[in-house]
Amino acid sequence: MADFLQQVVSGLASGGIFASLALALVLIYRATGIINFAQGELAMLSTFVSWELIDRGLQFWPAFFLTLAISFAGGVAIERVVIRPVEDKPVITGVIVTLGLLVFCNGFAFWVWGGDVKNYPSGFSTRTIDVGGVAISIQDLGVIAVTLVAVGVLYAFFQLTKTGLGMRASALNPSASRLVGVRVGWMLALGWGFAAALGAVSGMLVAPTVLLDPNMMRPVLLYALAAAVLGGLTSPLGAVVGGLTLGVALNLLTAYADVPTALRLPAALGLILVVLLVRPAGLFGKLAVRRV
Amino acid sequence: MSRRLPLAAKIAAFVLFAVFLALLPNWISDVRAQQFAYVGIFFIAILGLNIVTGYCGQISLGHGAFMAVGGYTSAILISGGPKAVAGFPEGSTYLNLWPDFLEGGVKDLYTIPIAGLVAGIAGLAFGLPALRLPGLYLALATFGVAVATPQVIRYFDGVSGGTAGIQLFGSPELTGATANKVDLPGRTVTFNEWLYHLTWAIALVLLAVAWIVLSTRFGRALRAVRDSEVAAASSGISLARYKTLAFGLSAFYAGIAGSLYAIANTFVNPETYRADLSLALVIGAAVAGLGWLSGLVVGALFVYFLENVASLDFLPSGLESALKNPGVPDMVYGVVLILVMLLLPYGVGGGLARLFRPLTNRLYTRSS
Repeated sequence: MADFLQQVVSGLASGGIFASLALALVLIYRATGIINFAQGELAMLSTFVSWELIDRGLQFWPAFFLTLAISFAGGVAIERVVIRPVEDKPVITGVIVTLGLLVFCNGFAFWVWGGDVKNYPSGFSTRTIDVGGVAISIQDLGVIAVTLVAVGVLYAFFQLTKTGLGMRASALNPSASRLVGVRVGWMLALGWGFAAALGAVSGMLVAPTVLLDPNMMRPVLLYALAAAVLGGLTSPLGAVVGGLTLGVALNLLTAYADVPTALRLPAALGLILVVLLVRPAGLFGKLAVRRV
Repeated sequence: MSRRLPLAAKIAAFVLFAVFLALLPNWISDVRAQQFAYVGIFFIAILGLNIVTGYCGQISLGHGAFMAVGGYTSAILISGGPKAVAGFPEGSTYLNLWPDFLEGGVKDLYTIPIAGLVAGIAGLAFGLPALRLPGLYLALATFGVAVATPQVIRYFDGVSGGTAGIQLFGSPELTGATANKVDLPGRTVTFNEWLYHLTWAIALVLLAVAWIVLSTRFGRALRAVRDSEVAAASSGISLARYKTLAFGLSAFYAGIAGSLYAIANTFVNPETYRADLSLALVIGAAVAGLGWLSGLVVGALFVYFLENVASLDFLPSGLESALKNPGVPDMVYGVVLILVMLLLPYGVGGGLARLFRPLTNRLYTRSS
């Protein structure tokens, strides 16, 4: 039983990482209908930025928050420069642009930092504490806490501030929002900023375990996509629930059902296909009904 | 643009192109012939991708995986099956399932259509769940395929040879690689030149097939799906059916390309078919111009030469060494892809076509 709980907690920790990246994907998908395939690589770049800051002598937490700010600004800038021109084009054009971003960011990281795997410090101690006979690592608890705080802050922002209301409105109905004076373009840019910052959170949390290299976010992005599809691509709550569920499920499958770690990625792909077959809207999503 | 040309002019252009390709090896070195053979392979794969992305409006980010299906099908058949694959566990059930008459290996040429068919069937099977829904679900699911493929290949090491892959060099059923000469009727050519002629002969046939298929009712249905799913559905076109058929056809093309890729490399391993290969194909198709068959050569050239920076020896040395820095080719890819999408949504081919169109046409055409 103790072992089981340990597996669940460490599953929740990796699930939290999937959830924050999945939430980033959902934010952009809801607002623009684009699946941002560069989300993982943007997170990877953010993580490299934080590594650079730490390498130049900053402590972990100041570097963490500085990176969030830089990522936010970067996300806004990317939306303004490369996404805005394709906003009125078919969605497929926007998606191909995000693929260009993906490839560019990956090449850029290789060019600046090289392909060597780097150690990345963790903000938490790797010690374990004893909770009622269950040894739980502080690292895992920290990751879960950071994810929950990030999601909570974002939720509060969307629910309690006027800008948050504007962002929800422009995702729901851009033209009506424009009529009542919401600056829809800037709301989309803010959305990209928040998504980039959330991605940065996931990157900086996952880097201590998977180690830092330019390709580190590829698998995480696939898990995040699977989590987003499971929860429903249009549902932020679904992304969080989907991410946590996927994290725990993968951990339990590996620990108890003898699923080799080599099949974790294919399992995520299988999950996507099964959800599309059985319940395409995901657990919490709504399928768009279109008027002909 | 090309649709506005009279049929005779199109056929004449096609024949000229074919004659040019047939004569090209006389003017270039053996190494260059090999490079252009690879360009032909990318041409076939991008041609296939263009059917589903350019004509049907669905992005596949996993065509590298269908190339892997084709490549491994060919490699396994040529090498003679599981028994010949290194690292094969003795006494496994695969051994008994493998038919005896295939144990001697299959001639490489015969494996090419089989590889295409296997990949095509895999494409149909995969398209069924992924294409039932409107929107980006195919992109999403195929991205998963691209990322997961190398791991799946490694896992089934009983048939795939695991990380080491399958070595074909020296295999008796592989034409000419070992001796570096191939006897054709009338003359003897090097392996590279044989590869060149083989690839481009297949490429031209497949180009003609794509052209014919896309100008039938089927092709019109695909374009209707791309331009407006709602309008297409209201005209009685079954969206899921046409999308899945297009995806299967395009996976068939990818399988052929993958098979040729295996033969040209004389080996397959999981690293050959990484996610980057799938991305490179999308980039090639976008650069060439989605929905245009004529610009595909540009896309194939672009992708091949940027994938293999060692082949860029014709560039000024400063530019060549800059491109050889790790990561730089990918940055070029990314920038070019984004610029093409922002400035030339029809790709280089489409851009040129628009340029040569009467001026007044440009006044009334909107880039969308």
